[in-house]
Order: sequence, then C-alpha cells, then structure tokens
Amino acid sequence: MADEGRQTLRLVVTGHVDHGKSTVIGRLLHDTGSLPEGAVERIRRVSAETGQPFELAFLLDAFEEERRQGITIDTTQLQFRTARRDYVIIDAPGHKQFLKNMISGASGAEAAFLVVDARRGVEEQSRRHAHMLALLGIGQVGLLVNKMDLVGYDRAAFEAISREMGLFLGSLGLRAGASVPLSALEGENVLRPSPRMPWHKGPSLVAALDGLEKDREEEGLRLPIQDVYKFDDRRILAGRVEAGRVKAGDRVLISPGGKETRVASLAAWLPGDQRDRAGTGESVGLMVEDEFFNRRGEVVSGPDDPPAVADRLKASIFWMGRRPLETGRRYRLRLATSEAEATVEEIGGLMDSSSLAPIPARGRVGPDEVAEVEIALDRKIALDPFSRHKATGRFVLVDGFDVAGGGIVTAALGEAAEGRGFAHGRLRARCEVFEEYYYSLGDLSVRKAGDGRRPFTVGDPVPLRGQSYGFPESFDIAVFRDLVAVLIRGGQVAALVPLADYVYGGLPVVNGRGFGLLVNSPEEWARARADLSAMTPENEARLARRWLDFNAFRHIPIGLADFDI
Amino acid sequence: MDHLRSLEAQSVFILREAYAKLGRLGLLWSIGKDSTVLLWLAKKAFFGHCPFPFIHVDTGHKIQDMIAYRDRVAAELGLELIVHRNEVALAGGMGPDRGRLACCGALKTEALAEMTRKHGFEGLIVGVRRDEEGSRSKERVFSERDGDDGWDYANQPPELWGQFKTDFPKGHHIRVHPLLEWSELDIWRYIEAEGIPVIGLYFSRDGERYRSLGCAPCTGRIRSGAMTVREIVAELEVTRTRERAGRAQDQEDAYAMQKLRRDGYM
Ligand SMILES: Nc1nc2c(ncn2[C@@H]2O[C@H](COP(=O)(O)OP(=O)(O)OP(=O)(O)O)[C@@H](O)[C@H]2O)c(=O)[nH]1
Repeated sequence: MADEGRQTLRLVVTGHVDHGKSTVIGRLLHDTGSLPEGAVERIRRVSAETGQPFELAFLLDAFEEERRQGITIDTTQLQFRTARRDYVIIDAPGHKQFLKNMISGASGAEAAFLVVDARRGVEEQSRRHAHMLALLGIGQVGLLVNKMDLVGYDRAAFEAISREMGLFLGSLGLRAGASVPLSALEGENVLRPSPRMPWHKGPSLVAALDGLEKDREEEGLRLPIQDVYKFDDRRILAGRVEAGRVKAGDRVLISPGGKETRVASLAAWLPGDQRDRAGTGESVGLMVEDEFFNRRGEVVSGPDDPPAVADRLKASIFWMGRRPLETGRRYRLRLATSEAEATVEEIGGLMDSSSLAPIPARGRVGPDEVAEVEIALDRKIALDPFSRHKATGRFVLVDGFDVAGGGIVTAALGEAAEGRGFAHGRLRARCEVFEEYYYSLGDLSVRKAGDGRRPFTVGDPVPLRGQSYGFPESFDIAVFRDLVAVLIRGGQVAALVPLADYVYGGLPVVNGRGFGLLVNSPEEWARARADLSAMTPENEARLARRWLDFNAFRHIPIGLADFDI
Repeated sequence: MDHLRSLEAQSVFILREAYAKLGRLGLLWSIGKDSTVLLWLAKKAFFGHCPFPFIHVDTGHKIQDMIAYRDRVAAELGLELIVHRNEVALAGGMGPDRGRLACCGALKTEALAEMTRKHGFEGLIVGVRRDEEGSRSKERVFSERDGDDGWDYANQPPELWGQFKTDFPKGHHIRVHPLLEWSELDIWRYIEAEGIPVIGLYFSRDGERYRSLGCAPCTGRIRSGAMTVREIVAELEVTRTRERAGRAQDQEDAYAMQKLRRDGYM
C-alpha cells in the first residue's frame, strides 16, 4: 500500500466561540495546498451571492445556518497531511449551546489545540473546553493564541494568555503542549516563523502540530464482545480489540461470567485475511475451545489481568441533557458493548465546568455541569478504571431516547450494599428507614430523594430527623427481609442482632421502611414477628393493616423538587 | 495499524453495531465504488455472509451499464436484492427537464421513503462520505430520520466513544454511515489493495471516464486517461478538482444538497 507505515494523528481544535477555530483550520488547509481546486472561489461566489463577507471558516462551516450566523453549529473533520504524518483534523463548535457537538467531535481525538483570541483573552468556553478535554481523557493540549494582528503582535499579550491558560490546564491535570502566537487571518506563524513576531522562539503552527506525540498503546487484552455469530457451522465471537493483543492458543477469561477458555483460531472471510493474531484497533472474530453461552457485553481478557466485575461504580461525569440528571431516576448506562439500568445514588464534587466553582449538593446535575457520582446498576458488568483502560473505563448515560451524559470510571465498587442499610460483622440489613420520600408533582408519584448509600455500622450516628420522617433517640428496627434487628440508642447504631435473638424491651419498633409496629408487649411482638415473617402478596394488605402504623414516624411532603430546575 | 486498515476496522465495527442494535436493516447499493466497498466490508464483517438485503433505488434514468452490472453481481454473489422505483412519478413523466431538484426529490428521496416504509426498515446503511460535500461533512455515523424522513441537522444528538444513536421512537429510522471517515482516495486505495471488482464506467474510454456515478442525464464524465485502478489512484493523488463536479444536482444552488438531504435524500 502506498502509505504503509505513515502515522495518523487525530486532533481536535477547540476554544471559545469566534476565537477563530474554523479559520485556523481553513488557513492550514489553504496554505498547505490541501484544498480542492476552486474551493476558495466557490466560497467567494457563495459569499457574493448571499451578500456575506468572505470567510475562510466557510470551508468547514458548510451549513447555510452556520454561514449566515458566522458560527459553527456542528463538528466536522477532514484529512490533511504534513511531511511528518497524516492528520484527521476535527473542527468543534465554540458556542455554549453546542457543547454536545464539541464533545462529539473531541471524543474521537488523541490531542487538542485550544484557540484563544489574543484581544479577548481566556473566556468561559476556553476553560469549559479544557475541562471537557480532561474528562474525555485527552492528555495533550497545545495553546494557539490567535488574532495576534489585533494586538499589534504584542509579546506581552501573548505571554499573559499563555501563563493564565498554562496554569488552568495544569490544574486540570492536562499536559500543556507548545504555545503558539499566530494570526489565522493574515497567515502569520502558520507554516513558518513570522517576521512580525521575532520575539517568538517557539514553533510555528505546523511545527507545533508535528510536535504532538501519539498516545502509547495500552497493555493487557480487552475485547468487548459485540455479537456472537452462527451463520454457518462456526461459532464466532465478534468484537474489536480495544487494548492489548490476542493470538490463537492464548488462554483467555470472559467476564463477567468468569469462564476461562483458549482461543482456537481467528475467523476470516478471505484466505488472504487469515491471521493467527490481532492487535489494538482490529475488528476480529474469535473461535474459542469451550462453547459457553456467550453474549454481547462480555469482555475477553487475559486470565491474570481481568477487568473488575461490579454493579456499583464511582465516576466523574459531564451532563449534556436538557433535563437534569437526578438521583433516584433510572437511566441506561452503556459501557463498551455492555448495557445496564443505572441509578445515580450519590452526587458530590458538583461544579460549573468552566469556572470550576463548586455548586452546593442538590441531588441533580444540570446541563454543562460536572460531578463525582456513585452509580448503582441492576446487574454486574465488566469494567475498568479509566486510568487503566480507556475503552472499558468510560460510558454514556441514556435518558429516554437520548445520550445525555458521559463519564469515566474512577473506581469499581465491591459487593453491593442494598439500599442504605446497616452492616456489621456478618450481619447486614437492607432498609429505607432514613430515606426521604416526597410526592412529586412532576410525575404524580412518590419518589425517593436519598443520596447516601454506604451502610451504617455500629457506632455510626444516624439522621433521626428528616423532612419526611422523625424518630426518637432510641428505638429498634426489625428488618424482616433479612431477619435482622438493628438497635438505635442515643441516635447511634448500638448493635445488629439476628431477629431470632431480638428481645422486645419496650422501645418503639419500626420495620425496614420506617413504619411503626403496633406492638406494646413481648407477646404482641412474638405474634407480629410470626405474622410479618410469613408475609405473602395475598395476606400483605391484611397484615399491614393489623400491625403497621404508617403515620407514626413518617409523612409524605408534597415536593416541588421537579420544578426547581 | 496503517490508515486503510484502521478505516476498515472502524467500518466493520459500525456494521456490526448496526446489525446488533437495529431492527430490520438494509444496505443501499448504488452500484458505484463506495457502495461496492460497503458490500465488501459487509462480507468481511459477517465472515462471508450478508445478513441483510441490498436495496437499489432505481430512478429509471440510470446509466444503462449500471443496471446490467447490478443484476450480474447480485446473481453472482447471491445477494437478496430489492429494487424500488417511484412508478407513479415515472408514469407521470418525471425527469430532469422538470427541474433537477424536483426530479431528485421524486425519484430518489420519495422512492427511498416509499421503500423504507413498505419494508419497515429501521436501519439503512448508506455509503456517504464526509469529503463528498458540505452537509455530509457534518453527519453522524448513526443519523436519525423522523417519521417523514426529515433530518434535524441543526440539533444532532451527541455521538461519542462508539456509542451510537440506537434509541428512537417507532416510525423513525437510522441512516448508518460506515464510510463517513473515508476519502475518495482512501476508497480507491482500498479497492486497489483488496482487488475489489468495480464497474467499468470508472475507467477511461476515448480519453474520458466517470468519477462519480448517477443518473445519465445529470452525470458528466471527466477527461482522464486512467485505465486501471492504479492509474486512478495516481490521478487522484495529484488532482485537485472536486469529485462531484460532474453531478449537476449539486450545482443547482449553494445549499442544494443540504436541502435535499434535510428532506431525506441519501
Ligand atoms: N483579525 C483577525 N480575525 C480573525 C482571525 N482568525 C479568525 N478571525 C475572525 O474571527 C471570526 C470568527 O472566526 P471563526 O473561525 O468562525 O471562529 P470559530 O472559533 O471557529 O467560531 P465557532 O466555531 O462558531 O466557535 C471571523 O470573522 C474570522 O474572520 C485572525 O487571526 N485575526
């Protein structure tokens, strides 16, 4: 093949609206002779026909709306080459309203340039884009200080912006690459050093581009199964090698099932494609020796280096949906090829993605905000911390029909604690005693607003008073589903005991939901225990009426939480 | 991995996602080089099988050789082929003399819409590429079309990390674009590397060849002496004219293609 061995680097150009991203790319294409014949003339003609001034940015801003408003709405990309290597250059919109399009473009890049207008300096989206690049795992960011013509090619203006942005990038953990002063409009310092900026000792735009380094390939096989094909007598596990490599004869582990087997061979259509090994990025088909039941969503790895298997995780997320993310609401999480129902249970570290100003916790994440969250899934999936494996360490959250958020896994959490319950030694008790419930006017139903899920243990203080409940300092909780009793004394967890060993001592008793038990003596307790331990859907209503006082400690407030957006 | 291999791997990944996630699926086969590469990639993705039908929207004005070639290849490869024509419009005498955009609208956009509904397709695999023209340059890999085939191009959903648009209301469908990232030169280099057979119209006869194939009245030939795939690659490596310069419907007005595609054109 003609281009054997040439490298391709994928680069996204980001920055605040109107700072000149599209013009920078247009200039690069123009000055390197990468444009098709007549492209500039055609834009001149369209500009004349529609009565608009000529803009190099129109080479990328192809939609009529984009040209009329002079802004990029959606991302695009094109191929371009220098003597050193090939590039895919991705143009991203800078307008706040189109952040989801910026993310779509940037998520496919390995490195980024951040464009800042020399006269206007660092603005809201300059910082927000930098933050998104960090969350998308793009480590390398070069700074382009554009429109130097508007500040008379002033060195001090360039250096002030360089310093400010360098510090901000550093605070996000990004590697600041070269800093380049230029004028995309006049073509200064694009291909070669500019005589108007003799003070600049660093690279020109093209030199800075060629100075970016490609990411190292990840070690350790990760092959998420896309599908299992049985079109003929072969049974083929199809998928893309997202990290590491695989070859015939390798022992592999398939998670979350945890079954181990050996790769018999790699499938191919054409004899010429027949291989016995594959590396990162290749779409392959594996045939394995043991025919377990396999399905989409499982991950093939080496037996000694498996992904985590978990149904709870901690993650850093960004939200793009118009409707905010809320605790307690159900979403669909899609990670590599696996999917699960997901509930966000704890939201912390909420902040504005541009100013990095913290936002007080409020049980939801609005558009363009970022947060640290804890997510519970309805089943176990294979995943990795993003720092170890990118492809199996990042996910999107789907709200209804739409991908509304994205995130990277910071930790897989072990054994699930069911609900905000109690745990001590071998005993655990699931319950919702300290959970807030409210009547939601949004969907006319009762919803839960709890945001803490770590189980309480002996010695922990418990929140005795909430908006929808209030308990005395000392009382007992009888959790029938786990046959455990929890003793609360002086506002703290005093002990967990098996329900069989619990002795009624005259203190109020509630069930696992926080509803009072109509029990006033050891005899009544014995009867209540026998009845409630044998509850079935048929006798549930009768037994609840007989033994429960729903309003003793709880009430359901009418909640306006849904409208408070 | 080199550039062509990574394009190939990405396209195979996309085809497999479409097959795993969408309901009834079809591949729009225009007989040209791009959809011929698509056919090849589908064979690779599914190990010699093609688990969905091929669809040809026949405008009745196609270059004659294309129809003969289509039927021959379909028979040779044993493809399940669906041919659809807007018979009502054709009976009414629709043609480019009624206006090029009206003609494309009736014989391609409307015909495609009829076909989509008649067969209940949830996913249509289409071989469009970003470098063809402006509105295609802004496309998503999985691009939703509403119940009227409309494309809400100013409000496209996010698409990141290989997580495509696979949730949508009933009656909508997804255009799947596995070749979006390929350039014209990539296509020809791949055809050369893989030895993929293509229709003879692309090769020079009497000093001219077709660079892009469409309907006979609206597709022009370019001056070229390229008689082999290798010579086409060599020609494209130095040429700077645009690929669709010979396609009349693109030149109608500055945003002709954007308008056609907003309404459901491929
Ligand atoms: N004076 C001067 N003007 C410039 C320069 N670069 C771009 N511009 C102008 O700045 C305006 C915005 O440029 P664009 O390239 O459209 O900006 P953008 O960052 O791509 O904008 P969005 O994509 O909408 O965020 C246009 O009018 C350009 O002509 C420059 O180096 N000097």
